[in-house]
Amino acid sequence: MEYVGIEPGRLHFSWISSSEAGEFQNKATEVVEAVRALGPAKRLVKDIRPEEAEAG
Amino acid sequence: MQEMTQQIRESAKRLLEQGQVDCVLGYRKGTVPMQERPFFAYTPEDADQLVWTRFCVNNLANFLIGRQDRIAVVAQGCVSRNIVGLIQEKQLTREQVYVLGVHSPGMVDRGKVQEHFPNRVIHSVEEDGEELVVSGADFSERIKVRDVKRNNCYTCTHRNAVIHDELIGEQGKETGGGNMDKVAAPWEKLSPEERWERLEETFKDCIRCYACRDVCPLCYCNQCFVDENQPQWCGKTVEETDVLTFHLLRAFHCAGRCTDCGACESACPVGIKMRMLTSKLEKDIRELYDYSPGLDLESTPPLSVYRPEDPEPFASG
Repeated sequence: MEYVGIEPGRLHFSWISSSEAGEFQNKATEVVEAVRALGPAKRLVKDIRPEEAEAG
Repeated sequence: MQEMTQQIRESAKRLLEQGQVDCVLGYRKGTVPMQERPFFAYTPEDADQLVWTRFCVNNLANFLIGRQDRIAVVAQGCVSRNIVGLIQEKQLTREQVYVLGVHSPGMVDRGKVQEHFPNRVIHSVEEDGEELVVSGADFSERIKVRDVKRNNCYTCTHRNAVIHDELIGEQGKETGGGNMDKVAAPWEKLSPEERWERLEETFKDCIRCYACRDVCPLCYCNQCFVDENQPQWCGKTVEETDVLTFHLLRAFHCAGRCTDCGACESACPVGIKMRMLTSKLEKDIRELYDYSPGLDLESTPPLSVYRPEDPEPFASG
């Protein structure tokens, strides 16, 4: 996904066993922090609202 | 190419007359120039319609999926690799398919030919050695084949069939002359912003006709994810996000399986270059797993098996 321009850090992969609760918690915090730092996603986001009419 | 056509017809007739196969799958002349059509010959008389030209761009492996009969198929390098892939994926058995192996001289991109003749209607294109004679109502010009070959044919690594039961003609040069590493994954050097711009630019004309999917010998799911409604994985409009979701997901589904046959690009009515995406996956599979799809019936495709030593460059620790 990074190849097509999704920002590095927005998509995470990791391998965590169902018994590794602590690891899971740490990873979740890490992902949330990394994604929050990047701000809202702008790519691959669909906006179906009609364009707002020019104020006039 | 004329001799090859004759040999294909002779072999097809022999196989059909002797009852060795139920039908022979090959190409026949298209109704418009530069677009030969896939063709099933069921009788020795049918076999006279088979041709072998530089416009045989459909991947015939696509038509073997799910067949129960015994079938002979005209296969150049990429088609034979996809046949191997289908056998590995158990869509076909080796016994039921009789491969008529042909050497591909590199196929012609009809879009590139048309670009040589802007706003002119081409009525016929004849091959003459390494040149094409392109004719219309008021012109007849010669162009060099090497200038109008399909992009994937330049970087081909297996022009000869990788499996065959019978050879048509002689085996020839194996590579197309281009270096895949120089053209694969062309966006890798760019910044995320530039990559995104290229992605938008590449797929902006897509009309979601699904021709790329339908001609692809890898896309044989009974129900494609884009056609599913419950759940609906992908929006059905030509809005950018929907279009990109379709192409990205389709590319992922082909990872480790794509033989770079180029059928998707040849089929596209608006000239989208899907290989911008698929070449990245081909390169990754080659570099991470040292694997090129469809070369060996005995090998196991890397994404269908887990090995403890599988590389995990995505895992940050």
